[in-house]
Amino acid sequence: MATLLSIQDLHATVDGAEVLKGVNLTVNAGEVHAIMGPNGSGKSTLVNVLSGNPQYQVTGGSVEFGGRDLLAMLPEERARDGVFLAFQYPVELPGVRNWQFLKSAVDAVRKHRGQDELSIRQFDRIYEAKLKLVEIDAELMKRSVNEGFSGGEKKRNEMLQLLLLEPRLALLDETDSGLDIDALRVVAGAVNGYRGGDNAIVLVTHYQRLLDYIVPDFIHVLYDGRMVLSGGRELALELEAKGYDWVKEAVAAGR
Amino acid sequence: MTQQRVISRTSEDEVASEYKWGFETDIEADIAPKGLNEGIVRLISGKKNEPAWLLEWRLRAYRHWLSLGEHQPTWPMLDYPQIDYQDSHYYAAPASYKNQPNSLEEVDPELLAAFDKLGIPLAEREKLAGVAVDAVFDSVSVHTTFKDTLDKLGIIFCSFSEAAQKHPDLVKKYLGSVVPYTDNFYATLNSAVFSDGSFAYIPKGVKCPVPLMTYFRINAADTGQFERTLIIADEGASVSYLEGCTAPMRKSHQLHAAVVELIALDDAEIKYSTLQNWFPGDKEGRGGVFNFVTKRGKCAGRNSKISWTQVETGSAITWKYPSCILQGDNSVGEFYSVALVNNRQQADTGTKMIHIGKNTRSTIISKGISAGHGNGTYRGQVKIMPGAKNARNFTRCDSLLIGDQCGAHTVPYIEVRNPTARVEHEASTSKVSDDQLFYCLQRGISEEDARHMIINGFCRSIFQELPFEFAVEASQLLKVSLEGAVG
Amino acid sequence: MTTSPATVAIDRYRADHEELSRRLAGEAPWLRDLRQQAWAVFQDSGFPTATRGNERWKYTPVGALARTEFGYPFAGPGERIEAERLHHLDPWGPGWTTLFFMDGQFAPHLSFSHITEPGVTVSTLAEAMTREPALVQSHLGRLVDLTLDGFHALNTAFLTDGAVIHIPAGLDVASPIHCAFIASGAAAARSAAVYPRVLAVLGEGARATLVESYIGLAGASCFTDAIVEVSLDRGAKLDHYRLLMESAGSYHVGMTRVRQSAGSSYNATSFARGAALGRHDLHVALDGEGASCDLRGLYVTSGRQHIDHHIDVDHLQPNTRSTQYFKGILAGSSHAVFSGRVLVARGAQKSEAHQTDRNLLLSEGCEIDSKPSLEIYADDVQCTHGATAGSVADEELFYMRARGLDLETATRTLVRGFASEITDAITLAPLRAYLEAWITGSIPELHQGATV
Repeated sequence: MATLLSIQDLHATVDGAEVLKGVNLTVNAGEVHAIMGPNGSGKSTLVNVLSGNPQYQVTGGSVEFGGRDLLAMLPEERARDGVFLAFQYPVELPGVRNWQFLKSAVDAVRKHRGQDELSIRQFDRIYEAKLKLVEIDAELMKRSVNEGFSGGEKKRNEMLQLLLLEPRLALLDETDSGLDIDALRVVAGAVNGYRGGDNAIVLVTHYQRLLDYIVPDFIHVLYDGRMVLSGGRELALELEAKGYDWVKEAVAAGR
Repeated sequence: MTQQRVISRTSEDEVASEYKWGFETDIEADIAPKGLNEGIVRLISGKKNEPAWLLEWRLRAYRHWLSLGEHQPTWPMLDYPQIDYQDSHYYAAPASYKNQPNSLEEVDPELLAAFDKLGIPLAEREKLAGVAVDAVFDSVSVHTTFKDTLDKLGIIFCSFSEAAQKHPDLVKKYLGSVVPYTDNFYATLNSAVFSDGSFAYIPKGVKCPVPLMTYFRINAADTGQFERTLIIADEGASVSYLEGCTAPMRKSHQLHAAVVELIALDDAEIKYSTLQNWFPGDKEGRGGVFNFVTKRGKCAGRNSKISWTQVETGSAITWKYPSCILQGDNSVGEFYSVALVNNRQQADTGTKMIHIGKNTRSTIISKGISAGHGNGTYRGQVKIMPGAKNARNFTRCDSLLIGDQCGAHTVPYIEVRNPTARVEHEASTSKVSDDQLFYCLQRGISEEDARHMIINGFCRSIFQELPFEFAVEASQLLKVSLEGAVG
Repeated sequence: MTTSPATVAIDRYRADHEELSRRLAGEAPWLRDLRQQAWAVFQDSGFPTATRGNERWKYTPVGALARTEFGYPFAGPGERIEAERLHHLDPWGPGWTTLFFMDGQFAPHLSFSHITEPGVTVSTLAEAMTREPALVQSHLGRLVDLTLDGFHALNTAFLTDGAVIHIPAGLDVASPIHCAFIASGAAAARSAAVYPRVLAVLGEGARATLVESYIGLAGASCFTDAIVEVSLDRGAKLDHYRLLMESAGSYHVGMTRVRQSAGSSYNATSFARGAALGRHDLHVALDGEGASCDLRGLYVTSGRQHIDHHIDVDHLQPNTRSTQYFKGILAGSSHAVFSGRVLVARGAQKSEAHQTDRNLLLSEGCEIDSKPSLEIYADDVQCTHGATAGSVADEELFYMRARGLDLETATRTLVRGFASEITDAITLAPLRAYLEAWITGSIPELHQGATV
């Protein structure tokens, strides 16, 4: 299997405070990795750093994505090259039409891949099909991006973008938070539909509930800026049953 | 009266060339000597063969203007030098149009080419665009398209000069009825020396099938332009009116002081849209148009409606408050505005909604964008008179700042004298947020496109009020006007 | 040649000023110079007028005040007023430190101190001039721009006595400090012009509570021209209450000037009910990083009253915060003005300013002019403002009537509710109780003039 993402000893700070303290992770094409951990352990920071969010400063380490130095790329270059972040809190863009936003994004990615821009009709065909997949009302999409959307609608919109942009690496940041069971089913359906041999998923979650729907190949526990545990599916169940305290204790004991 | 050939005084490299409408047309102009006196007022009136009462009206305005002294209002947040009103020409006409052209063939090809560059649908083929155009070049109306269609419906759409001669009763009845010559410094000046402009009358019950459009352009150097526009929608009539403006790039300032009066009778509706793109001056604030405009509509009849939409990207100085006097019961006033300032531009613009009749309603949506060293002020008055039972106003003013050297100001005046009225004003100031920008970048959109997209989104509710072609042009204007502005 | 009433009035101020200068022959030279300089400015400018372009005085009718002859009350009240007569009129709490001024003169028999902290000055200006002359000289008049309008100059020209409050660094004064300015209505002080002056200086980290009240006893008809200067050093905190309850025939123009250093906080709550013409100009300069102010106010007007608030906040440094929250209840043919201005200076990034003015109009004939303005020269800021005007909401009235309340009770309840948003936030319990009673007492009068 081809290595898609390789993170080596990654350090990062937010407002001067070190949040990532040497993260290592390798993700191969076709794999699904779940990153779990208590609040404040650095999960969101990790996926934001991988996406190039300028609010986070990388202070050490390296990241290779598809053989390229990811950290040297601008945020939009990473996106065009196939790194997709499903935001935990998708922002609202007042007055910016959803349709226009999505087409601009798809065209930017296609252009990067050497493909032609889609005509309005071509795009509409794909767009409408994917809309059905994520069960979003077309009327809703006439609004501005995320404006006046409920929490669940915002997350479905993120999934719609995932399906439209067809990235090589999907980073899902607490995509399950604030979702009711129906929305969770839709979100999981979209992710599972996208899942394939050529791409990979890194999902960040606090609860194991999502993992009933999106079954990961690997589970990692991030704690205090480091990966402290890795395992298979069973690790999630153990965490669910015992909470994170034993992890904290184990880490404390190990130091 | 001298005839002079106007030639370019400003080389392109002296003045920044981002302003793509800044070409100058080399045509002969019939120009009055510089300065303002009673003789000039008489000369202008004489040039236009005006009836005696109109000359009298101009002279009254001129004498009133003299009584004001040369002091422009001090309350706007605008900083500009005292204007020497004697250092400007008050009349300039393309020399070949001392007599109005009768057909397009008679129009100077140079002039047609000029309008072509502006993208103004002047020629016959442009009728396909479905817009009736009256073009005002310097001070003279040069051509009106689409005449036949309008004639059949009894719609009068012509230059103001023509209206003064052919429809004196209408002009006499309504001229100054909304903006009296004593209204303010610039309106008074305009009343004395206005040269031309557009006139439209929509008869009872007629819905004007095409938008009417006037394109204004200042061409001659050191020329003040003073148009007067008068639009009357009779009972049950409706019309959409479009106005565009450009000027060549010049190192010196040009004065523009126009007056627009709208009258809507019972059940009538007037929608007035403006794209103002006068030359804003260069990056250091050299040159550019001083734009002092009085625009006011009177909803004289019951259930009438007047709607102003403006996109203001040009001029060095903008002083402009398109207003509605809501006199008829149930009448409606609207004001939708995007005002952008970049480099050294200054704009003090907004509206007045004067509620007099019962159940009158007004909506104000203002979007200000400040960049570079620009300063933009929204200044708006909402006045509810004691008789305006159940009057309603909603006002929303948003300002977007781009860069830390610009200014954005909001100065509302809310005056309520009836307890059954409900008036709401809200406003916010923001910048393009880093989160919004990153969200777009994360979807592969370039920073420049993302910014343009977000700024367009900020203005969307205003652009929606514009006719489609105008909306596209407005969006382009924003993009061009903001080039080089960094967040 | 006829002599206009305004000229007569000015002549009286001039004569009084000369007489006062004679009487104060032994005062400190710098104070004398300040007063003379102020008089020269006033003579030059006179009272401001609402001429075109004078935005600050656009809505305030100063004409009647300028035409009326007011005199300096050299004789004082002429009669002794006992505390019992005042206690139900003026807010009062056990443990409050109070300085009473009757018709412009300090009334020692009514004043008392509960201050236990050492080094604190709460005294009359005259006393402070001997106790802390350097402090007074370096702060008095420092925040006042005499040329701004005639009222600033006039107060300073007649500056004789007032209150000086100095809290040294680090002290937290437990006893609320109350400066009460009473118009007695006594025959000897009819048509008096009084010039209250308060200077409050808080050192680094000092804390205090200041209550400033203007009370008119029955029959009083005077002109009050007041200036309060507040200077807050780093991290200092002042809670400041201002009560305007002058009698119905009075004129009141008051100015408060506040300068805040880094990290200081200033919380002001004002109530305006009394005076035929009442105006308060509050100008806060946030002149240090992290300084913040919270300005609230309630104005209740009826009859033919005119009550005016002009609130200016200057954000001069980064990370400064301000809130303006004002509410008005208008009845009869009264007129209220709210003019709020927020300035964010260039470089004052990350500043936050919110400005709100809400008005309840209870009758035909009343008028509110609201002008909440923003002037912003920095891009990374959060500024909002809003203003509303309207009557009691029909749907709210209906809801209450559907629950069995009659229209009048429902209206009163809603008016009280409208006001309580301001009163509930008062932490000083005796003051809160006093104001609640006062509002409840005002409602029938307001309601009488109501037509809604």
